[in-house]
This record gives sequence, C-alpha cells and structure tokens, in this order.
Amino acid sequence: MCGIVGLFLKDKSLEPQLGAMLSKMLISLTDRGPDSAGIAIYGKEDGHSAKLTVRSQNPEEDFRNLAEDLSERLGTDVAIARHSTHAVLEMPAEDLDRAREALGVVRPDVRILSAGNTIEIYKEVGLPESVVQRFRLEEMKGTHGIGHTRMATESAVTTMGAHPFSTGPDQCLVHNGSLSNHNNLRRELIREGMRFETENDTEVAAAYLSASMAKGKNLEEALEGGLKDLDGFYTFVVGTKSGFGVVRDPVACKPAVLAETDRYVAFGTEYRALVSLPGIDNARIWEPEPSTVYFWEH
Amino acid sequence: MAANSLAEASHARVIDLSETSLRDLNQALHDIGRGSNARSWEVLNPGGSHAVAVGIEQPVSIDVRGSVGYYCGGMNQQATITVHGSAGPGVGENMMSGTIFVKGDASQYAGATGRGGLLVIEGNASSRCGISMKGIDIVVRGNIGHMSAFMAQSGNLVVLGDAGDALGDSIYEARLFVRGKVKSLGADCIEKEMRPEHLELLRNLLDRAGITDAEPQEFKRYGSARKLYNFHIDNVDAY
Repeated sequence: MCGIVGLFLKDKSLEPQLGAMLSKMLISLTDRGPDSAGIAIYGKEDGHSAKLTVRSQNPEEDFRNLAEDLSERLGTDVAIARHSTHAVLEMPAEDLDRAREALGVVRPDVRILSAGNTIEIYKEVGLPESVVQRFRLEEMKGTHGIGHTRMATESAVTTMGAHPFSTGPDQCLVHNGSLSNHNNLRRELIREGMRFETENDTEVAAAYLSASMAKGKNLEEALEGGLKDLDGFYTFVVGTKSGFGVVRDPVACKPAVLAETDRYVAFGTEYRALVSLPGIDNARIWEPEPSTVYFWEH
Repeated sequence: MAANSLAEASHARVIDLSETSLRDLNQALHDIGRGSNARSWEVLNPGGSHAVAVGIEQPVSIDVRGSVGYYCGGMNQQATITVHGSAGPGVGENMMSGTIFVKGDASQYAGATGRGGLLVIEGNASSRCGISMKGIDIVVRGNIGHMSAFMAQSGNLVVLGDAGDALGDSIYEARLFVRGKVKSLGADCIEKEMRPEHLELLRNLLDRAGITDAEPQEFKRYGSARKLYNFHIDNVDAY
C-alpha cells in the first residue's frame, strides 16, 4: 500500500495555501498508510541562506541553546525554528557543510532529515492527521511539496524509516512499492561514498538518484537510469529545488494519478487524494505511463 | 435542495455520499427486494470512494455522478450502473451479469475475472484490462494498457483504439477485437481470421455498447494459438 501526494503550484497566489492543500490530500490517504506520514515542502529561495531540518528524540534537551552552540562553533549566525520533534536551522549558504559537521559534534544524537536552500522535511510515526497537527503543516507555505503515508513492508516503523527520504541537497523521494535489489545496491553505493541512515529500501533509491546527480546527471537522466538499475515495484515521486518528477516501474501495478490545471500539477496515489483541490472537476486527469519519466519545473 | 429536485425530476432515489456513509449506500442497495419499486437510484458526490455499488443483485439502474475509486460495481448481478466520471482500479471486477457504463476512463484491471454482463468504458482503460476474464464482454472506446486480457479464459474484449504491450498473454478462449494498433502480442496470442460469425458477434457487441460509429470490418481478431495448453518438450526452458 502506501499513499503519495504531490503538489506543484503554477499559480503563485496558491503558495500561502500549499500546506493546507497538501495536508488535506495527505489525510485522505490515511487508510493506505496509517503507520507514519511525512511531507517535504519547498519554500522560497532567498539567495543567501541554507537550512537543515533536524530531528531529535529529546527535543527539549537537544534543541535548548542549539542555535547558540552552533553559532559559536561556526562563528556565524544560526537561527532555529522549532516544530515539535523537528527543528529548522538556518545559516549562511556557504556554511551549510560546516554546520552539518558541527551538528555532529555539538549534538551527536540529532539526525539530519534534509539539507538545502529551500527544502524542509517533517515526518513522524502515527496517523497522517496527528503528523499534520504536530507540525502545523496546514500553515506552511511554499512552491511545491510531496507527502507520503506509509504502510511499512521493508523496514521497521520508525521516524527515520518514514518518507520522504533526502540524500542530496534539496532532493527528496517518496515511494509506493518495494525494491528487491536494495541490499546489493546499498553496498555498491556505500563503496561510492554514500551514507545511509536506515535499512529502508526507499532510502537506497533516493541515494541512487543523488549519487547519479552528483556525477553530473540531471534528474530525468537519473530517473531513467533507475528504470534499469532498480528492481522491484515502484511509483516514485521525486522533489528538487525547482520541481517534481514522477516515474513508475515497467509493470506499473502501484497506482498513480496525475491532474493538471493552469494553477497546479497534482499527484495522488488515488483520485480520492485530489478531490479537495480547486477546479479538479475540470482538470486534465490521467495515469502516468509505465517506464516514463514525468517532470515539472518552475 | 439540489438533491431533492434531481430526485423529483428523475424519480430516482438519491443518495449523497457527502452526507451518507458508503456502508449505508451499499446496504440500501443490497436491501432492494425483488419486485421493489425502487428501480432507479442516483449517487452524488462519490469523491473517488472505493466499492461504490458493489454486489448489487437486482435489475435496478444506478447513476453515479462523479468519479469513483477501487472496485465500483464489483460482483454486479443484473444492475445497470453508469459512472458519470472515471473509475479507479478493478471496476466491474468479477461481475456476473448486468451492465456497467463508465463515461470517463478506467484504471487498472477493469472487468478482471468477470463472468458475465457487459462493461463499457467510453474513455481509455489502463493496464490489465480484462485480466483473467471468464465470460464478461468488455467494450472500450479508447485505448487499453499493457498486459490486457492476460490469461483471459472466455468472453469478448472489444477495443476501438489501440492496445498496449503483451496483449492476450497466455490467453485461453477469450476473443479479442482491436480496431487500432497492437503494440505487441503476449505469449501464445496470435491474430486470427475474422469469420462471418465474428463479424455478427462484433456487430451485436457494438450495438449493445451503443457504438454507432465503428464497423465490425475495421477490427482485427486475436486469440489463442493453443500452444501453451499442453506440456511441450520444446518449451521446457520456459516453465
């Protein structure tokens, strides 16, 4: 099972409602994935700052004075915005890599969920509705976003095993399905220097794409490579700073529906996820073809 | 108000799924007794719900105003169900008799395992249309996706548009009629001669589906080469 939703806004006037629209879509797919839920949301790029979304099991303790500790260590300003078990750390873009390293020193137990200029990721175990409320996702703004409700098959129900997975700057991936060659591929990617947080199959797909893009491929080329190298069932939705992409395996038994109007492009595992969107009755609605890469960019 | 005026206009019983639960809808449809006067039903705001109007056993007419999710009209017997929108996976799955019309598109495995009745899809049907069909007639005005009529046992699949990859893979005795292009045929599926009885059958199916702009002569027939029916030593590597 699992449910995926995605929303790419063409009409800027919808940007303040992105979180609210995605939240409704996510909750509509609760019965496809009651174990955990997550969302990646892409905000505005200001040209000079970067952010890390981090997650702690002891947020009270870990997030207290975290910004101060990092600022001191880096010798630059770091701001923190706390959201329940997550926090978004903002710093000058050129200090992002140093901030990652510094975080490992000052708070070794805090895990990084995403890094980049515009991406933020929020994910937790529990019903989608409780995840939406915990992080007040409905209030979030942005240009595009991806959400996932998980019914776990390939690894444990944990926060780190929830989707989206992010393995590269401003990149994320969600998955409905299961991969059968992830262990082998993980070993190969580790040899190439990729790092893994979980035993999850989807994280391997995300890392595969990030590694391909790090070698100079664009997202479309990376996804096309994935059709050859990733064995198993999948509908993937992938986010980058500028847009989102969709690809299904050649057998395409994992469902997927796309809708497009002049205001947005929306993805739903089922049509049910799309019914709350404005103007959906007049949208162009279709199922993405197997082995075909779809991509929309701002 | 809108619901009431619709009811008066059509004398249909109207159930609005934005107010009534799916379970109550299906229970009401299952409670229709033999000889009941409630012959006409209208379902509003389906919103992609799963299992709308499944397991109906009476010759009633049900108009669903909007798009439905998985398994609409599954196991249907006798009822005429019209979806004025698109249908999710498994529309008419294992239907026994009656008729289902989908005005829009249908998702995967439309009419799967169907044993009888007629399923008409006026848009496109996606992959695995008519998989393991066992007597149902399916007419698709648009195209069908890959692996359609996989292991199809009996019944007829009529496609006015094109068919995707591996049409009729491992087919038994179902008949496939395609007017457009077939991307590829599956194992043991071949093109067959169109004889007078097939033209007559096709004419009848098109009539029943309400299709007046296609002629039987425009179609090609596909079916089983019957090479997979029995063990054959030359195929041993494929088993």
